[in-house]
Amino acid sequence: MRTPSVVVTGLLALGALAGCSQDAPSAQPGAAGSAQAGGPIKVAASDTACTVATSEVAAGTSTFAVTNGGTKVTEFYVYAPGDRVMAEVENIVPGLTRELIVELPAGVYETACKPGMVGKGIRGPLKVTGEATPLSADAKLAAATASYQRYVKSQTDALLIKTQEFVDAVKAGEQEKAKALFPVARTYWERIEPVAEIFGDLDPKIDGREEVIEEGMEFTGFHRLERDLWVDKDVSKSGPIADRLMADVKLIVEKANSEKLSPLQLGNGAKELLDEVATGKITGEEDRYSHTDLWDFAANLAGSKASVQALRPVLEERAPDLVKTLDTQFAAAEAALEEHRKGDGWKLHNELSKAELKKLSDAINALAEPVSKIAAVVAK
Amino acid sequence: MSGVSRRKLLGLGAAGVAAAGASVAGARMLLDEPAPMPVSAVSALDSVAFYGEHQAGIATPAQDRLHFAAFDVITTKRSELDALLQEWTAAAARMTQGQEAGTFGAVGGVPEAPPDDTGEALGLPASGLTLTIGFGASLFDGRFGLAGRKPAALRELPRFPGDALLPELSGGDLCVQACANDPQVAVHAIRNLARIGFGRVSARYSQLGFGRTSSTSRTQATPRNLMGFKDGTANLKLEDTAMLRDHLWVAEKDGPAWMRGGTYLVTRKIRMHIETWDRTSLAEQEAIFGRDKGEGAPLGLAKEFDEPDFAKKGPDGAPLIGEVAHVRLAHPSSNGGARLLRRGYNYVDGSDGLGRLDAGLFFMSYQRDPHRQFVPVQRALAKNDVLNEYIKHISSGLFAIPPGVRDGGDYWGRALFA
Repeated sequence: MRTPSVVVTGLLALGALAGCSQDAPSAQPGAAGSAQAGGPIKVAASDTACTVATSEVAAGTSTFAVTNGGTKVTEFYVYAPGDRVMAEVENIVPGLTRELIVELPAGVYETACKPGMVGKGIRGPLKVTGEATPLSADAKLAAATASYQRYVKSQTDALLIKTQEFVDAVKAGEQEKAKALFPVARTYWERIEPVAEIFGDLDPKIDGREEVIEEGMEFTGFHRLERDLWVDKDVSKSGPIADRLMADVKLIVEKANSEKLSPLQLGNGAKELLDEVATGKITGEEDRYSHTDLWDFAANLAGSKASVQALRPVLEERAPDLVKTLDTQFAAAEAALEEHRKGDGWKLHNELSKAELKKLSDAINALAEPVSKIAAVVAK
Repeated sequence: MSGVSRRKLLGLGAAGVAAAGASVAGARMLLDEPAPMPVSAVSALDSVAFYGEHQAGIATPAQDRLHFAAFDVITTKRSELDALLQEWTAAAARMTQGQEAGTFGAVGGVPEAPPDDTGEALGLPASGLTLTIGFGASLFDGRFGLAGRKPAALRELPRFPGDALLPELSGGDLCVQACANDPQVAVHAIRNLARIGFGRVSARYSQLGFGRTSSTSRTQATPRNLMGFKDGTANLKLEDTAMLRDHLWVAEKDGPAWMRGGTYLVTRKIRMHIETWDRTSLAEQEAIFGRDKGEGAPLGLAKEFDEPDFAKKGPDGAPLIGEVAHVRLAHPSSNGGARLLRRGYNYVDGSDGLGRLDAGLFFMSYQRDPHRQFVPVQRALAKNDVLNEYIKHISSGLFAIPPGVRDGGDYWGRALFA
């Protein structure tokens, strides 16, 4: 057994995220009787290290128990090549242990902890040995949607928790805390927005902007509370709106997780997320009161990538050149955005010059073109 | 040189005049209306009659180019406004016939004076130029004693979901629509009118359109918008005389009297998110419009002018033309029979500084009552149209379009100021 390699990163500045998650959610019900002989694989996560007890497992189901010994909220991922998320567990607050069950075919993977929930994370190798059964074309597509649905599940779990924290802060009149939580809760929403948009009537209630509200419909949801917080600076009457947001989010999460997605929807969803960036975030229209558009930008980009990576095995087989282009352009878009990182979060939209916004716009257009070709490849 | 037709300078006279004469006779039979009246120029170079019962530039076959301008009246004197309209009318009557804006012209005046025509249209034919004036609601605010004469149909349009209107690109006391088959001719006309107006009016905004998106005659093919689709196939056309009477022209009973034979113009500048549209699959584009992209036929049918069959279902049991497809939502049958005479133009205002084309549709529709025709259609579109993901309405205007100028003794708005 090799010693797991530990990558040490510099301490990230404490930003908005650091103090936002005081109430520890109850640990995910773990698979106590794991298929793994000898119990779950222990992962010791801190702000600077990610020590996985083993770097080699047998093909099949593995369970990881991730303990956060650091001071920042962390996440744990198992990636297949190309950063395809095989499994992840979000929102592990300091002091908490959460379990992750993942089914891995033989191959080479990476584990990653993401203290502060940002960046590429602290990576380590993971080799899975044993029989590998090649999937048929249909099975590969089925695996892609299953993989993406796991992603939706993990994002919606975190969305529920973070929206609750946000709503609680609003109702408690803790404006600064609510403002810090606003872009964080929205991150999980924005990553999976195309799934949410399937439910046409709920989406505008949760995420509708002021001008799209129809006659006879009340302005509710995230952006209404955003206006209350940033423009009116008064949330004393926002309680009912906050409660409705929570109820609507719960409803949509339930629907999103019971929705059966098609591979075509994955491809289109990846494109739609980038369209969201191009039309709403680059221009600062989405979060016009808080100017936290770059948080949504990062989330849309991450969600688009998750969708593409879920399809990766199919794309690699059918359009290897496209995969290369996608890798290059995703990396370029991420690098362009990375220039605007501030602490654990992002600069405000109104802190960017027009030239800087144009650079982001160009990067998104360069990426969205190859992404728009995915659906046709999947449909072949 | 004074009074010389620019077209005659080119020596293109006779054939064009004969052709125009033939078209007058033909169109008169179709329309069953007394002469003189605005008719189509048969050749793209010809002139369109300025005098008539209705203003030209409405039920005139849509020309290829647009320069639209809205003005704020800055004088506070009614007499100055009245005088301006008389001067504008005289200049418009000349320019639409291929003549210069003033009597001396670009080069015929005294050398010490600036020319009374700016000169960039010298040597160019009339090019089908029409000039159409409109009065905005703000003209009736009391500054000129017109408050009591405001038509009920000129009341403010409601706010539609998704509206992102820029006040500086919306409204206006006066508007002039210049349409021509040569962009230089259209620009020349607006430029000279603006110049005549200095001190009395100030240009509020103006819009160039480079390609017509509507056909207003059965002799014209339906052009394409910047999304690549034929849209507005069910447009009112000048040959539909009875329908124009019912849906376009203000009748005596509609009131007020000064508007009889006039109509109302709605303008909407609709920015298109061209880049995201272009990476949308063909199937989705067609589903959004409810038409096939090649022929323009309603989905499930073969030809553009086939009447859409909204009940027809595909093999999966869903309607071939979706419940929220553009063609269904905008169709008269979905809007209590409401019909419009659409006369919009594609525009590209360069790039937007973010690496994207600043482009879209400058929508214009003429109708007898905007609140009973445009409003229900736009309400349905704003609420449900899947196209909204790719467009944004950024300006809005509503203008009363007075009837035509009868003859040389008449002028734009005379009945209003009488």
